[in-house]
Amino acid sequence: MRISMARTLQIVVTILTCAFLLVPTLQSVLAGVTVNYFRGLSSGLTFQWISQVWDLYMDSIFLSIWLAITCLVCTLLIGVPAAYGLARRPGWASRVLEEFVSLPLAVPGLALALALLQLYGSMRGFRTSWTFILAGHVLYTLPFMIRSVLAVLSSMDLKTLEEGAASLGASPWQRFRDVVIPNAMPGILAGSLTVVTLSIGEFNLTWMLHTPYLKTLPVGLADSYASMRLEIASAYTLVFFIIIVPLLMAMQWASQRAQRIGK
Amino acid sequence: MTLTLRSGSKTYPDGTVALTPTDLHVKPGEIISLLGPPGCGKTTLLRLVAGLERPDKGSEIWFGEDNVTHLPVEKRKVGMVFQSYALFPNMSVRRNIGYGLKMQKLPVEEIDRRVAEVLALCQLEPYADRSVTALSGGQRQRVALARAFAPRPRILLLDEPLSALDAALRDRLRDELAGLLRTFGITAIFVTHDQDEAMAIADRVVVMSHGRIVQTGTPEELYRNPNSPFVASFVGQAMEIDGRIEGNRLVTPAGETLCLPRSGIGSTVFVRAEDVRITDDGPLSARVESVTFLGTHYRVGLAGIASRTIFALYAGKSAPAVASTVRITIDPATLMLLSAKDEMK
Repeated sequence: MRISMARTLQIVVTILTCAFLLVPTLQSVLAGVTVNYFRGLSSGLTFQWISQVWDLYMDSIFLSIWLAITCLVCTLLIGVPAAYGLARRPGWASRVLEEFVSLPLAVPGLALALALLQLYGSMRGFRTSWTFILAGHVLYTLPFMIRSVLAVLSSMDLKTLEEGAASLGASPWQRFRDVVIPNAMPGILAGSLTVVTLSIGEFNLTWMLHTPYLKTLPVGLADSYASMRLEIASAYTLVFFIIIVPLLMAMQWASQRAQRIGK
Repeated sequence: MTLTLRSGSKTYPDGTVALTPTDLHVKPGEIISLLGPPGCGKTTLLRLVAGLERPDKGSEIWFGEDNVTHLPVEKRKVGMVFQSYALFPNMSVRRNIGYGLKMQKLPVEEIDRRVAEVLALCQLEPYADRSVTALSGGQRQRVALARAFAPRPRILLLDEPLSALDAALRDRLRDELAGLLRTFGITAIFVTHDQDEAMAIADRVVVMSHGRIVQTGTPEELYRNPNSPFVASFVGQAMEIDGRIEGNRLVTPAGETLCLPRSGIGSTVFVRAEDVRITDDGPLSARVESVTFLGTHYRVGLAGIASRTIFALYAGKSAPAVASTVRITIDPATLMLLSAKDEMK
């Protein structure tokens, strides 16, 4: 079968785009496992840079994971009930509130960080503790959780479902636990993965809020590029990839599932 | 259980009066149907009984000897079937039906036993472990009924339970639902806008309009002795014959005379399609406007008797031709003389 002109063009453009995205990535990954990047692959492959990254930046990796988990817990505790409240009372007030909560998406992370610094900078204990970065992350990721859960809740007849449960004798808490949460699960899952991924990858805001003793994964990456040899920085990128790529894939899967349910 | 509603009324915050003070008494085991056009307050009345709406001050709702006016829905022990069924999509058929029993904190074996009982009663055994999202409309309706009934509620409340189904299925399920409600032997209130549904299922029909009860009675009473033009036309589609009333005679717009059973001063005359007979020697004449074949009979639209088209049910082998002129007989005994002022008091 002859391949038409348009089809050939499509394939060429696709391959070029993939190459544009993949070549630098592969180069960076290779650099991270090459003994001497300037002499090229002929110098041999090694895991020594990765283990060096681990020794130097282990704290950053654990801090990032810890921040992501606590940030997730906070957004779940605040976001799910908030989304439920917004879904139960649709109206202009809820819309305004939803937009207000979403503001951190529109405001640059730097501005958000500056505002936090101005407000709390003088509170020494808070300023130098990891919870200061956490506050920033929660502010920044909360709208993603709320929107994700709200989208799923709005797509179902929540009021009637709850009335059904109530007529069967369920108290408000039992209705929330047995009906609202399980049915909102796809949205909660999609929101959770978004929050964790964003929290681990967040740089702008974290860079402003961090202290020399509290570096997250992306802040450590910037630091390694600035002050270490290229192989270490590249190995760092590789470590970052290994952590973030499975999360991204899971996020994709979860949000697709949430959309299917929403239909 | 006896249900007593004393001057139950509901005004929404925006000032809309959905239900004017209404009294209703339902005897134990009785199946009542609330019938009326959309927006007549029938669903509001049902939701007041369920506890899903808070009634206005002065309203009282009694379940037997208990004043439940201020109890929230979850404490009233009612069974509710919603128009959209409101089945929990996250649970199987079995868990949906068992949910009310679980809320009563019954032991697991007891729950299993009673769920099995209700599953058998509603012929749902083959679907017990399916997800409710994998059921057809008719099956969902039965699950909703089973779920409402399983906790042995004091009263079963059904909000247009058949309106989400397509027409063919609706007719079959109507009889099935009537049968199940009789088997349950439970007090039930059933909201519908479909008179056939109300007639088929209920012991007693409550006709509502504009937030008030217009007439209460058995299906036969409502059909034979409607108390207002509204009930006459809503139940059994009675048609108005307008014209000038002179004592016990009515002069139609065409100038012909129709005998009335009694003096008709101050009333409006109504007739049902099955009482308008096409005969060779009838005193009235009419022009055939339309003929619809309905299997057992024809529905013939007639012009010239009243200002609006009057329909006649005609059971002959062949219908009169459209545009032909026919003679009409209406037995005076079948005419309904209703005074319009009853409706808007």
